[in-house]
Amino acid sequence: MAATLTASPNDEEIQMERVSPMGEPPTRRRVLPWADAAFSLLAHGAAWLTLLLLAGIIVSLLFGAMPAIREFGLGFLVSTEWDPVELKFGGLVMIYGTLMTSFIALLIAVPVSFGIAVFLTELSPLWLKRPLGVAIELLAAVPSIVYGMWGLLVFGPILAAYVQQPLQAAFGHLPVLGALFSGPPVGIGILSAGIILAIMIIPYIASVMRDVFETTPAMLKESAYGLGSTTWEVVSRVVLPYTKTGVVGAIMLGLGRALGETMAVTFVIGNFNQLDSLSLFQAANSITSALANEFAEAGEGLHQASLIYLGLILFFITFVVLALSKLLLSRLRRGEGSRT
Amino acid sequence: MSLSTLDLGRMRLHRKRKLVNAVALVAALAAMAFGVFWLIWILVETVSLGLGGLALSVFTESTPPPQAETGGLANAIVGSLIMVSLATLLGTPIGVLAGIYLAEYGKRTWLGAVTGFISDILLSAPSIVIGLFIYSVVVAQWKTFSGFAGVLALALIVIPVVIRTTENMLSLIPNALREAAYALGTPKWKVIMSVTLKAARAGVITGVLLALARIAGETAPLLFTALSNQFFTLSLGEPMASLPVTIFKFAMSPYENWQKLAWAGVFLITIGVLALNILARVLFRNKS
Repeated sequence: MAATLTASPNDEEIQMERVSPMGEPPTRRRVLPWADAAFSLLAHGAAWLTLLLLAGIIVSLLFGAMPAIREFGLGFLVSTEWDPVELKFGGLVMIYGTLMTSFIALLIAVPVSFGIAVFLTELSPLWLKRPLGVAIELLAAVPSIVYGMWGLLVFGPILAAYVQQPLQAAFGHLPVLGALFSGPPVGIGILSAGIILAIMIIPYIASVMRDVFETTPAMLKESAYGLGSTTWEVVSRVVLPYTKTGVVGAIMLGLGRALGETMAVTFVIGNFNQLDSLSLFQAANSITSALANEFAEAGEGLHQASLIYLGLILFFITFVVLALSKLLLSRLRRGEGSRT
Repeated sequence: MSLSTLDLGRMRLHRKRKLVNAVALVAALAAMAFGVFWLIWILVETVSLGLGGLALSVFTESTPPPQAETGGLANAIVGSLIMVSLATLLGTPIGVLAGIYLAEYGKRTWLGAVTGFISDILLSAPSIVIGLFIYSVVVAQWKTFSGFAGVLALALIVIPVVIRTTENMLSLIPNALREAAYALGTPKWKVIMSVTLKAARAGVITGVLLALARIAGETAPLLFTALSNQFFTLSLGEPMASLPVTIFKFAMSPYENWQKLAWAGVFLITIGVLALNILARVLFRNKS
């Protein structure tokens, strides 16, 4: 047992021994017999830690929000009052802002991302495929603060001058549309936030959709082409039906991003805690921007608890959306093997 | 007679299908152009305005008061570097270990399935909620905002990114490689450390770089953990300035010198993040 491999100083000799077929294999004992158990423990521990993190987030949010939950209950969800002086809080303004900006973002982003994914998978010449795909992925990596600042200082004024004012001039006097386009056209508010969010989530949705489209077996597509289908018919009748769960998953992923986005929204939404019209031009507030703007200044007590309550609601909404998207995307992945 | 009407109908259908196809393809082309248009616009604007604000003093002086003549971002840049690198150092081992668990131990176990799912949820959870979490477990307990809390918040964002890439990369390693190592009598930890993890090295490093790029631009989790600091500090026990939070503060202000510095900061962050992403890509392509 003394001649173990690790203890031996002359490695060359052992190398010789190994190469020559004549040599006896060296007797070895197990190196560090406890290492296996320790490593497994570490890996298991890391996995448990991830679970604990999620549990910790939920528990700490619940705990922090408890004073507000006790005080306002579920009425918090439908009250528009937000008065730090009188200590009366309701989250409807922020919840509406979050949902509405995300809705506008999806309205713009879904068709565009679909177009991009179709272009990248079916149309693009081979030499352009990679650079364009990388460009879209890089757009997804740009930090959201860049979008926010660009939206406030560059895009907002342009939107106000060339889109909002003409829209108001054209539709301002109509009964229903007029309400949507009323308010000051200054490039800040729900519409601007929605557009910036759309620009931000287009690359996410587009790159996931492209990956999803690429799971369609080439044989299916080629069969359709062989029967004389046009490119559009292949996309709409073969690729889309084959990947529909994945496409919905990709959209939900984008929605999750839009709902939880802070910076891009905070810059352009205007941080205005009132909901007195349905106008898209009106400054408003979202859950994330209310947190970003008020939390550090809010003293301990009901104000802070109400903000944490908002955070809890946001976490709940995004959790549901993301869980659904994961489920749909994983179903596609499972179906892959059986259908090809 | 009947034949020619049939032909006519076919021709009409054919023409209609062609037309629909052409419209759809032009729309796809337009969508692509639309997407690239924003990328180019944002980049051009960031570079031109950012270069305008860039000067040597940006790197040597701390953040100025409003309407001052001089001043830079030195404290914010250093704060960002410290917090981002510590968070990566802290988050990477945990992420890699959990990724190893998912790929090598937890396949087809309930803990593996649940952990994979949870880490995917954490991956896209709103980062501001992570900030809230760290606020209530660290800042509220110690009664002070600190760079340390910022590090923890960023580390929590690193972990799921690293878990996902580590697991994916390890899953790509063919089983034959593992079996060959086991056949030689290698213990499991050694198989993982010197065979599978080694083979997946490039991918794992790519994941770490992507995580770095992700947290370098994160603002929301730092807002009420590290807060910000007007002065230069290396102490993790005090509030610490960071580039994104400083940009946020300066860009929202009406002061011209602050806005100029904010553009310089945005330029630095964008270049840094894009460079990290490109580096990760190049590295991954060369090694695999």
